[in-house]
Amino acid sequence: MSDFLHRYGGQIGRLTFEHVWLTASAMLFACAIGLPLGVLLTRRRALARPVLAVANILQTIPSLALFGLLLPVPFLGERAARLAIVALTAYALLPILRNTYDGIGSVDAALIDVANALGMTGWQRLRKVELPMAASVILGGMRTATVICVGVATIAAAIGAGGLGELIFRGVASVDNGLVLAGAIPAALLALCADGVLGLFEKRLAVRR
Amino acid sequence: MDGLKPIPFKAGSEVEMATQGVEFAQVSFTTGDSTSGGGRQLLREVSLRVEAGTTTALLGRSGSGKTTLLRTVNALVRPTSGRVLVDGRDVAAEDAIALRRGIGYVIQEIGLFPQMTIERNVGMALELAGRSKAEIAARTAEMLRMVGLQEDVARRYPWQLSGGQRQRVGVARALANEPKVLLMDEPFGALDPLTRAEMQTMLRDLLRQTGTTTLIVTHDLDEALYLADRVVLLEAGAVVADLARDGVRGAGSRGAANEAVRAYVAATHREDAA
Repeated sequence: MSDFLHRYGGQIGRLTFEHVWLTASAMLFACAIGLPLGVLLTRRRALARPVLAVANILQTIPSLALFGLLLPVPFLGERAARLAIVALTAYALLPILRNTYDGIGSVDAALIDVANALGMTGWQRLRKVELPMAASVILGGMRTATVICVGVATIAAAIGAGGLGELIFRGVASVDNGLVLAGAIPAALLALCADGVLGLFEKRLAVRR
Repeated sequence: MDGLKPIPFKAGSEVEMATQGVEFAQVSFTTGDSTSGGGRQLLREVSLRVEAGTTTALLGRSGSGKTTLLRTVNALVRPTSGRVLVDGRDVAAEDAIALRRGIGYVIQEIGLFPQMTIERNVGMALELAGRSKAEIAARTAEMLRMVGLQEDVARRYPWQLSGGQRQRVGVARALANEPKVLLMDEPFGALDPLTRAEMQTMLRDLLRQTGTTTLIVTHDLDEALYLADRVVLLEAGAVVADLARDGVRGAGSRGAANEAVRAYVAATHREDAA
């Protein structure tokens, strides 16, 4: 065991870092797109259906296929990590978008009524009422998205984007279960950690009523 | 106040002097649903004048249009035709945000923001108006006292209060920015009879003290008679009676001049009528 760690410890560390980096970058992009878009959908409800449908479809594309499909795209295909981040962003988008839209949409109608009657502008209503009330639900979406990203990021190794998937793929190719576990266990731990930490925040943000 | 300038009606109507208070001029409202061949008509040419400093009760059964009429005053509902004037100025021509900041609003569900302290809830109108923290704190403390709440309530959250206390906060919030007009939609409908009576007493004293022009929607005749100077009865979106309080009270179930009022009195005081 110690022998194994001695031999692969450095690699596991590096690949874990890559894995986190891929996931974090994708989450950053997914939030940057998903949050404002989710808010926009609550303001233009007619758009909600088609936009959520597109996000839904993205979600259903098998990850290996999506990586493959994106390979020939000029700018993306040049660097594997770039491509992987775009693909991961696509997967992270739906939970964030959906929960932002649903979270804001499910704010008590009486609160919206009062916010309007107090003379809040749309922006004030969003900042003072809707976002704080929906925060926990929105964070729940981010939590789901992060867990999905950590999982899908292992596949990114198939196109040479790095991450813990590299150990798994190498392990599978050389029929070395130790190597597979060396990739799988840290990946699973990452997912559990992200889930636990974000879950804690989610509880914190829940509004007592 | 600059609302004193006379505002002429549109061509075809006589020129009206602007008045303080609230005025409805032939207000109609149909739910906007052109796709299904026209929506429901909720208000039918309602004309009504609420003098400044008075309290008027809008009475009627569910679906009579009283809430819709109330909500035209702060432009939460835009009339399909007709005009609503607040202190002589057409609501439709005003900036909705500015208009609403000058009008208090209390609803049955109260709608306190659960993530905010009571102090922040009460001071919200002032916060939106950009007042200083010190000013807000002072005014909030004063408002809480006026509605009969202890000072330590300020730091608590809505879930830590009883229903009656919460509605007191709702009233305090609505009056904090000294609104020209106070709109109340079944404010005490969800409270038990004892709390309700306490709230009515508190509100009556408060309105006398502040002299705020008030419109209160209720289906409770006794509440209307207790709180209001005038009672307006709505049915199917139209005014069917518009009486001074004494006009209803003196008449009882038999003598009231208006048949609709007589029916309402009889329905709510059945044992008297029997």
